[in-house]
Amino acid sequence: MDLHFGDSKPTDEEREAVDALLGPPESSWEGADRTDADLRWARGGREARERRDLLLPGLHAVNDRVGWISEGALDHLCRRLTVPPAEAYGVATFYSMFSVKPRPTTVLHVCTDLACAAAGAAELCAGVEARLGLGSGVQVERSPCLGLCERAPAALVVRAGPQGDFAPAAPARPIPQGSAPDPAPRTPEGLIDADPSRVRNPLRATAVVAPATVDGAVVAATAPEAAGAEPPAAMAVPQAGQAGLNLLSRIGVVDPTSLDDYRAHGGYTALRRAFEIGPAGVIREVTDSGLVGRGGAAFPTGRKWQATASQPDHPHYLVCNADESEPGTFKDRVLMEGDPFALVEAMTIAAYATGAHKGYLYLRGEYPRALHRLEHAVAQARARGLLGDDVLGQGYAFDIEIRRGAGAYICGEETALFNSIEGYRGEPRSKPPFPVEKGLFGKPTVENNVETLVNVLPILAMGAPAYAAIGTGRSTGPKLFCVSGSVERPGVYELPFGATLGELLTLAGVRDRLRAVLLGGAAGGFVRPDELDIPLTFEGTREAGTTLGSGVVMAFDDTVPLPRLLLRIAEFFRDESCGQCVPCRVGTVRQEEALHRIVERTGADAASDIALLREVGRAMKDASICGLGQTAWNAVESAIDRLGAYE
Amino acid sequence: MTVIPLGVPRRLLEFTIDGEPVRAPEGATILDACRAAGKDVPTLCHGDTLTPKNACRVCVVEVEGARTLVPACSREAEPGMEVRTDTERARHSRKIVLELLASSVDLSTTPQVAGWIKEYEAKPDRFGPDAARVDEEPRVDNDLYVRDYDKCILCYKCVDACGDQWQNTFAISVVGRGFDARIAVEHDAPLTDSACVYCGNCIEVCPTGALSFKSEFDMRAAGTWNESAQTETTTVCAYCGVGCNLTLHVQDNEIVKVTSPHDNPVTHGNLCIKGRFGYQHVQNRD
Repeated sequence: MDLHFGDSKPTDEEREAVDALLGPPESSWEGADRTDADLRWARGGREARERRDLLLPGLHAVNDRVGWISEGALDHLCRRLTVPPAEAYGVATFYSMFSVKPRPTTVLHVCTDLACAAAGAAELCAGVEARLGLGSGVQVERSPCLGLCERAPAALVVRAGPQGDFAPAAPARPIPQGSAPDPAPRTPEGLIDADPSRVRNPLRATAVVAPATVDGAVVAATAPEAAGAEPPAAMAVPQAGQAGLNLLSRIGVVDPTSLDDYRAHGGYTALRRAFEIGPAGVIREVTDSGLVGRGGAAFPTGRKWQATASQPDHPHYLVCNADESEPGTFKDRVLMEGDPFALVEAMTIAAYATGAHKGYLYLRGEYPRALHRLEHAVAQARARGLLGDDVLGQGYAFDIEIRRGAGAYICGEETALFNSIEGYRGEPRSKPPFPVEKGLFGKPTVENNVETLVNVLPILAMGAPAYAAIGTGRSTGPKLFCVSGSVERPGVYELPFGATLGELLTLAGVRDRLRAVLLGGAAGGFVRPDELDIPLTFEGTREAGTTLGSGVVMAFDDTVPLPRLLLRIAEFFRDESCGQCVPCRVGTVRQEEALHRIVERTGADAASDIALLREVGRAMKDASICGLGQTAWNAVESAIDRLGAYE
Repeated sequence: MTVIPLGVPRRLLEFTIDGEPVRAPEGATILDACRAAGKDVPTLCHGDTLTPKNACRVCVVEVEGARTLVPACSREAEPGMEVRTDTERARHSRKIVLELLASSVDLSTTPQVAGWIKEYEAKPDRFGPDAARVDEEPRVDNDLYVRDYDKCILCYKCVDACGDQWQNTFAISVVGRGFDARIAVEHDAPLTDSACVYCGNCIEVCPTGALSFKSEFDMRAAGTWNESAQTETTTVCAYCGVGCNLTLHVQDNEIVKVTSPHDNPVTHGNLCIKGRFGYQHVQNRD
């Protein structure tokens, strides 16, 4: 490929940010000053192109530092990575957390999704927009679900600036984050060098504000480094500390930053057991346990592992899908923030079973604290020989690389996630071939959701029969539910499969005047208050004509106008469609337009638009490439059919 | 393509299309088999010289046992498969896809689409006068060709032809997301500031006329474009020794555009700037 670059040059700051990630350029082919040697030989070819997967981290590096991605920065990054600028521009414009136009260094993301909308996000947005206008140095952006539904309404502040320490694995010197409860975030004064230009430039910082008030959000946006610490992850687990928990047992009990504490509470016994029984033994246990994927698709995990392990092509990869973006879902965040070592251990076991030596953890970009905790956990595990060339002295090599998403719901689709990691636009691939055969970098890949992986620990600890005895015959084990909305105690609940919706809502303290419950998130479906005896199992919800999805249970009382909620769901899908296939790209727009037209209408006035919605919805379900388009009409359909919306 | 693949003869797979038994070589797509069996399945984003992208979804068919419809253009035939091309379900999706496209972009220069809209009884107007459209102005930023993205259905063919499937120039990409996605060069700059080498291979594969010769664009604007009055003559390019085939489209004794036969075993319809656009000297009569 013969790359063409424009005349734009990066600023020193942008060059520094890129070079901090990639190291100094080795030749003028990569953007260094030209030397005599460069005139005699060319660098390029496969070796130069094989670093394409660093494009997304590179874009993050620039955006973290400057707050947006300029022409010069993009060109420089392309030169460093031998990526065509047009493609890199296509990637940069794909993600909502990036901007290719200048913007203030601080961006305040205000969640406007379902739980937050019901908790007054509209007023919050209007309030902060009035206070943080032009010249405030803060850009306010309306955001899809931030995964903080238990503390709605939520806002996230991201301020660009130099990072105290670029090395991702440096737990001793944490990246200053208002969101992290670590001691005293470092102030700009305490920093690096005496260069006066640096001191004026405040450090990169993030802050989570939830539940957010206008004042709180404005203060945090103005000084994110000084924002108060986020409440511990255990606050999102009303059952924390109770006996009988499997997945949540350590949350609120162990120190999430301490490997020793994790080991003192049963950590790494499952990995030892895995080494005792060997890869085939692990797969047999997981298969016998009946574990199915918890990300929403409910595919048998053991079958997936077996299919990957038996592929002759190598290397094999493990990918952990932590791009938790389904509106209403926050279980993975709580797991990662409250018990990060469990995920590291579970990934090691999954990789060992499937013959992978490299694991990618794709974490959604809106989870600063989970990122921080996991970076720390991975570094600790590496330092203690639990990751690396010789895990636990067993001669097995495995390491984990954390990749950050940048605001794209679609990247939670398994093949879109591969494209995102590889440095391409996060568009789903067509299947077949399936990931177990050709996944990440075209190699056999096993991809599992965070909760799925964490389930492997109790399976190995208690044995498959004991695990399979939990839950029902066809849905085995414990399940996490993300309860939010009109309840007294929102949060993540662990219940064995088979509990009814009513039992769960009672546990969470459902409020009076319940109007509807959304199961499975925006891609799921609504059920009525008189359907609370639905058993929360895969087969039970299917029989009831709805879905368990990722475990979202969002309760709405009758004060929330249903048509507005449906419109918000439609807006969400319109914003998040990748645009690859026609049914979803245009269908989601037409769906939103129709719902907009009938937001104040009922009965005969709405009938023709509802008929139109049904026709478009049916084609989206039948003809879209991936699950996003195929499910984009589910929630609206269920609201019309089950709840009698617009009647 | 007319090239006969060498190597091991491919196994023939037996399956059924619309209840009739058919045989197709291993690796053939459902679309290949349908066309061999004389069944018409509409396609827009499918290119005979490109890897199927299956983005438009107008070729969807029903396959027994599949949860959703499957794109005929990319799904490989499997033994025992039961394919149905003309069910109510498949026709419904095709109709909606045509309506969604026709209500958002200008399909006036897309061959065959008017017939399909009629055949599937698609009514693009039913989304109302306020239905969002792509709404782009033609971009005329060079003397050779015009990018009229108001006609773009985002089939990805130009991107694939410019990229690793043929030209390896990588001048264009899909940028943005969802309904706002467009084809663009880096920083959405004019073509003249990009890596474009003006081979015109993107025009060759464009199914809608969104990409067109400047000569064609100007004549259409002036109302003088008349395909029925054009002759097509395939000849050999005289610029270098490769011997690419050129098809000269001539109207009123003037070359109005140059294409290349897709079944040419060497170039598969691809040319360089000289063969594609360097014909002015032929008609220089001074």
